[in-house]
Amino acid sequence: MRIRILLILSAILILATLALDMLLIPSLDTQNTGFIQYSPVFYWHIPVAWVALFAFLCVFIASIGYLWKRTAFWDIVAMTSAELGVVFTSLFLVTGSIWAKFAWGTWWTWDARLTSSLVLWIIYVAYFLLRAYISSPEQRARFAAVFGILGFVDVPIVIMTLFVAKEMHPGDVAFHLDKPQMILTLVTGVFAFSVLYLGLLFFGIHLKEDAAELTRLKGLMEDNDNG
Amino acid sequence: MKFWSSVAAIAWKDVLSELRTREIIFSVLVFAVLVLVIFNFAFDLSPDLMLQIAPGILWVAFAFSGVLALNRAFIPEREENCLEGLMGCPVGREAIYVGKALGSLFFMVLVEAVILPVFALLFNIAVLQPELIVVTLLATIGFVAVGTIFSALAVNTRAREMVLPILFLPVVSPVIIAAVKASAISLNGQSWGDMTIWLAIILAFDIIYLTVPFLVFPYVVEE
Repeated sequence: MRIRILLILSAILILATLALDMLLIPSLDTQNTGFIQYSPVFYWHIPVAWVALFAFLCVFIASIGYLWKRTAFWDIVAMTSAELGVVFTSLFLVTGSIWAKFAWGTWWTWDARLTSSLVLWIIYVAYFLLRAYISSPEQRARFAAVFGILGFVDVPIVIMTLFVAKEMHPGDVAFHLDKPQMILTLVTGVFAFSVLYLGLLFFGIHLKEDAAELTRLKGLMEDNDNG
Repeated sequence: MKFWSSVAAIAWKDVLSELRTREIIFSVLVFAVLVLVIFNFAFDLSPDLMLQIAPGILWVAFAFSGVLALNRAFIPEREENCLEGLMGCPVGREAIYVGKALGSLFFMVLVEAVILPVFALLFNIAVLQPELIVVTLLATIGFVAVGTIFSALAVNTRAREMVLPILFLPVVSPVIIAAVKASAISLNGQSWGDMTIWLAIILAFDIIYLTVPFLVFPYVVEE
């Protein structure tokens, strides 16, 4: 029930973001300034980036939780959050790419933001490869937790290094939300995607817990048949 | 004090077994030279282009040969069940991490000490600059700190050698980027002042990735 409410709420909020984005934002760009905050893509790009980073933070916290408590619950939280983090990072890359095509005329540039998010994306895809290559569930959870911690520690270093490497200064990155419509749309978007993340996270945890329970019951049945 | 004597014993064991078998250093060296030769063919470099591309080539050679060397850090332990023996010893798990990392650091530095002159010879670049040597050493510490714990993870997976580069290379990418940039500055004849930010990044990476793996390594070698 809780999950359904969150998902319905996020659907409504996402529709609201879409409406604000389509109705308010295009009318702002009277001089065709080309700044990213005047582009409708921006109001999807930033919320998605925020959720991706938040998801990776949750992987980090849940990984510590697993190593501390050793309950399957924390492993499921970490894994579900990592899945969502990869999905939202992919969306971030796609929306960034759309913006790049619009603003710079090419789908991909080795810009600091795009490159650092690509590196983060690869780190968390590697998280799933590591999981896939370990057969024992206990060891898989433990190793994934270790990697979840080591990988997250890298996030700020990757972002900082790439910004320095591409000689970008914070001033180049900061966007000036000088119109109230912009702030309204962005806040709605961030809120919508945060609720969507929470809804999907709880849904994923619920699914995986059911799957684990099913496996346990199947095992019991087989034991009964054999016994 | 007891901690460091066990660390030294573990590192020395690796060095000694390498001196007797010569498994790692020789093949890693040949591989690294091979990488340099392939790059030379691939780019067909003119002298002015050389200085721009050379730092990248050098670090690709170091990174790839590093993966090869680090893969071997835990495979022998695993094959002969030596890790269980080590874990049975009255030493902390952290000491195993530091000891293995020191052993790998020794191999990497040895390989780099040979590769740098070969690189200088093949690409006609002066490498004997204190800046370049310091950058190489600092970046190698970060490499080995991450690589040792990932090697311990990878050796317990089904695909073993395949897993390490996939885990390792994205995580060490900041060090590789910073080392390439700092090496380029040094090869261009500039000095310390121009590379402060890169040295700071490498140092920060070293400190973080010596601390965090030190704390989580006991969870990797548990059973």
